[in-house]
Amino acid sequence: MTADLGSARAIMRRGALITGLGLVGIGVVMVLAIGYTPVEINQGPAQKIFYVHVPAAFTALWIAVPATAFASLLYLWLKDPRLDRFAAASAEAAAVFCGVVLSTGPIWAKPIWGAWWTWDGRLTLTLFLFFLLLGYQTLRAAIRNPLERARFSAVISVMGLVLLPFIHLSVYLWRGLHPKPIVLKPSAPSLPPEMLKTLLIGIACALILYVGFVTCRYGIQLARDLKESADAA
Amino acid sequence: MGRMLRLVITIAGKDLRLELRSRTSLLSAAVFAVLILIVFNFARDPTAISTIDLGPSVLWVTVSFAAVVAMNRAFNVERENAAFDGLLLAPVSREVLYLGKYLANVAFVLVVEAIALPLFVLFFNLDIAHALPGLLLTLLLATAGFVAVGTLFSAMVVRTRFAELMLPILLLPFMVPPLIYAVKTTVLLFGARPLSDVAEGLRFLTLYDVVFITLSVLLFSAVVDE
Repeated sequence: MTADLGSARAIMRRGALITGLGLVGIGVVMVLAIGYTPVEINQGPAQKIFYVHVPAAFTALWIAVPATAFASLLYLWLKDPRLDRFAAASAEAAAVFCGVVLSTGPIWAKPIWGAWWTWDGRLTLTLFLFFLLLGYQTLRAAIRNPLERARFSAVISVMGLVLLPFIHLSVYLWRGLHPKPIVLKPSAPSLPPEMLKTLLIGIACALILYVGFVTCRYGIQLARDLKESADAA
Repeated sequence: MGRMLRLVITIAGKDLRLELRSRTSLLSAAVFAVLILIVFNFARDPTAISTIDLGPSVLWVTVSFAAVVAMNRAFNVERENAAFDGLLLAPVSREVLYLGKYLANVAFVLVVEAIALPLFVLFFNLDIAHALPGLLLTLLLATAGFVAVGTLFSAMVVRTRFAELMLPILLLPFMVPPLIYAVKTTVLLFGARPLSDVAEGLRFLTLYDVVFITLSVLLFSAVVDE
């Protein structure tokens, strides 16, 4: 038992290390964004937030949320507690990245769109995703029985994944204000090389942070599970 | 198939009979719906916004809140005397069990809507006779969809702390897509637009129903089986 707790601690330490690395990386990205990349001609300095906003959005929507849903689906099939711990950790990281997206977005939107908030399609979708992730956390916190908690949160996560296309369909009824894709599109990315490089470094750093967060939370979750089973015994 | 249907109806019948005899949740959900309508009436400036413009939002906000309150009931009644364990031991499949509960919930929410709709027309002085067939269809399709999700979730939240608050937190994000289309369809219907204009909304609601009823049936055993 003590050895297990030791391994949980080792995982947490590793997670903290990776998180630190990611944070340093984000610092470097900010320096690059200010010192290295050219100023965008239409948006001016406001565009600089793009190097934080886009990596966070990419990590939340394309990595963290699919990973959570996939782990949850596998959990319902295999009933392996490791999958549940991973799903919980990944959902929490996804909520953090969604929070970053939803707070950096308005800062950029105020000078560019002239309003802190609009009901633009992608914005609304991210908001709903954020609420789903908060609901997921609230549900986890409200259940004592670990097996029930794992099953219920896996069900919510699978339902949430299916809901996303429906939200997408319904919120895109309104015109979108978001800039069109500039990197992931059929033709070559339409960005100066300095901007593209900084953006890619930003995405890499966000991914490192994600791995750090998930590792850390996984370790904490493992320690919690060990304590719960020790208490139950 | 026929046997399965009979079992579903038996389970739904049990719930509805219980409801008819006690009438507590039905009454409270209906009163709640009427109170929302009344609050809405005082929360608007009748000289600034005409009722026909505000009508669709009032109707759907009322319906969705009343439905959430009504759905909290579904598995709450099973908590007393560990009635749910008895239900789980019954020789029926989980799918049948879910569908029975679902059917009872749909009937229950539809009754609440049937009470709220005439009062909505009365309180807001609306002339919507021309829109009625389309509106009833929209109500039915939207209700069928979010009650499917709500029934599944209420089986979960009843086992948590703060169950009454947990259901709206989890369910409202799932109610928004059908609500968006329902409101949009209702606006068109009130504006006496032809049925072909509202076909898109009805198609979306039907798609939502099919997907979420299927998914809920499939996931229900993961919720109730240890």
